[in-house]
Amino acid sequence: MNDRAVAVVRGGALTTVQDLGRPGHAHLGVPRSGALDPAAARLVNRLVGNAEDAAVLETTVDGCALRPRSAVTVAVGGAPCPVRADGRPLPWGTAVRVPAGALLEVGPAVRGLRSYVAFGGGITVEPVLGSRSTDLLSGLGPAPLAEGAVLPLGAAAAVRGSVDAPPWPGPPDELVLRVRLGPRDDWFTADALRTLTTRAYLVSSASNRIGLRLDGPALERARPGELPSEGMVLGTVQVPPDGRPVVFLADHPTTGGYPVVAVVREADLGAAAQAVPGTRVRFVTAPQEPRDRRGPRSPGAPSSSGGMP
Amino acid sequence: MGEHALLVELADAAAAEAFHAELLRRRASGALPGVREIVPAARTVLLDGLAEPARLAAELPGWEPRPGHARVGTVVEVPVRYDGPDLAEVAARWEVSPEEAARIHSSAEFRVAFCGFAPGFGYLTGLGARYEVPRRATPRTAVPAGSVALAGPYTGVYPRSSPGGWQLIGTTDAVLWDTGREPAALLSPGTRVRFVPASRTGADR
Repeated sequence: MNDRAVAVVRGGALTTVQDLGRPGHAHLGVPRSGALDPAAARLVNRLVGNAEDAAVLETTVDGCALRPRSAVTVAVGGAPCPVRADGRPLPWGTAVRVPAGALLEVGPAVRGLRSYVAFGGGITVEPVLGSRSTDLLSGLGPAPLAEGAVLPLGAAAAVRGSVDAPPWPGPPDELVLRVRLGPRDDWFTADALRTLTTRAYLVSSASNRIGLRLDGPALERARPGELPSEGMVLGTVQVPPDGRPVVFLADHPTTGGYPVVAVVREADLGAAAQAVPGTRVRFVTAPQEPRDRRGPRSPGAPSSSGGMP
Repeated sequence: MGEHALLVELADAAAAEAFHAELLRRRASGALPGVREIVPAARTVLLDGLAEPARLAAELPGWEPRPGHARVGTVVEVPVRYDGPDLAEVAARWEVSPEEAARIHSSAEFRVAFCGFAPGFGYLTGLGARYEVPRRATPRTAVPAGSVALAGPYTGVYPRSSPGGWQLIGTTDAVLWDTGREPAALLSPGTRVRFVPASRTGADR
């Protein structure tokens, strides 16, 4: 057989097709979606000679297994995991050639949560609103991988020269998320803001592509009542009525009515997506954010270092 | 809001709508810096994906949005069977008969204030303040697609089956969301909408 496609032998706990998402439709209620660890998705694409925004597979916890119908160049990155073709070990984090009809096994993540699998030519399922990403909040894009599904692949470009594969930083033992407070930090008590930025939280097993859910001290509201629905961004730290913050990831709702106490820097969200349940999480205010809200706000002024309360 | 977004808070829903319209005008004329998302909501407009949010924020106080709406285009008509399980309760709150409640709802002209919750789910305003109703105390685990529902000052239509806590007053066969269609959303922010009672064609009541 010579057709460019891979058949799914084992879908795993949750394996989805992801590219860099479908921005530009938030006003219609459509999340950005896309790979939760975009740096990993870009890297595996570069390794196989694809454009960085080609569609790849994003696994969750226990990998997946596939059978390419023609020989294909594959790279597995993101969360480290064993990779095998017909039982023979293959290297992780670099481009490998998998023969037609071989069983490609992407094993369980050894560290982290989500591995990324790129195929030369990319996965070419029909795009929806400009993206091939599976959006689990709104049900857009292809269904999560199930046994028997077949994913079409594009024509592969030649892998040009060598691609440097930087060592994967790995999930930290403690996830540090840099935040900027607001826009609704005034809905919380001073104690709650201190709690948010000084106490540790733990990643909850209820986390998913929509949000990183956290166990830990509840944040007390200074103001009761409901907030009229307002726009939400990636990295939003929303506080539902139980007081436990939720960090919005790629499939987050585009509007919401629970107050947003802070927003995590986008650069830190890839690590958040790789944090296994039970990982310690600390929120730290970004340097430009005055720690004391009652103090003068001078975003342009250099912040003093040291003396953290 | 974060590194690349501005959440602009307006005095009320009308001001938010006017500000949103102003943003769309400025974007159309190329007078707005690059922005990935413009998301209107109840009393705010979010601008996301700005290179320099602080710079735009500094400009905003000088803007004088003309009062008015984002769009004055044609009215989208949504056929409705007023057969929802909460119609009687809504009518009782309004102190009218269910038939009169349907007449009141189908006489108003609505406007999509903003979208959210699910792709193609619009929050429509247009009923008077005295017709506001609370959400249901216990949300339903599955609201059927096409359900026409009320909560607070809003009317909405569920684009697909989903959990929901709004009061269901009717049903439509209109396709609210179809990614094979351009535009995918029947109801996008600024769209004018009327609900038109559908003639009963079923064999049963």
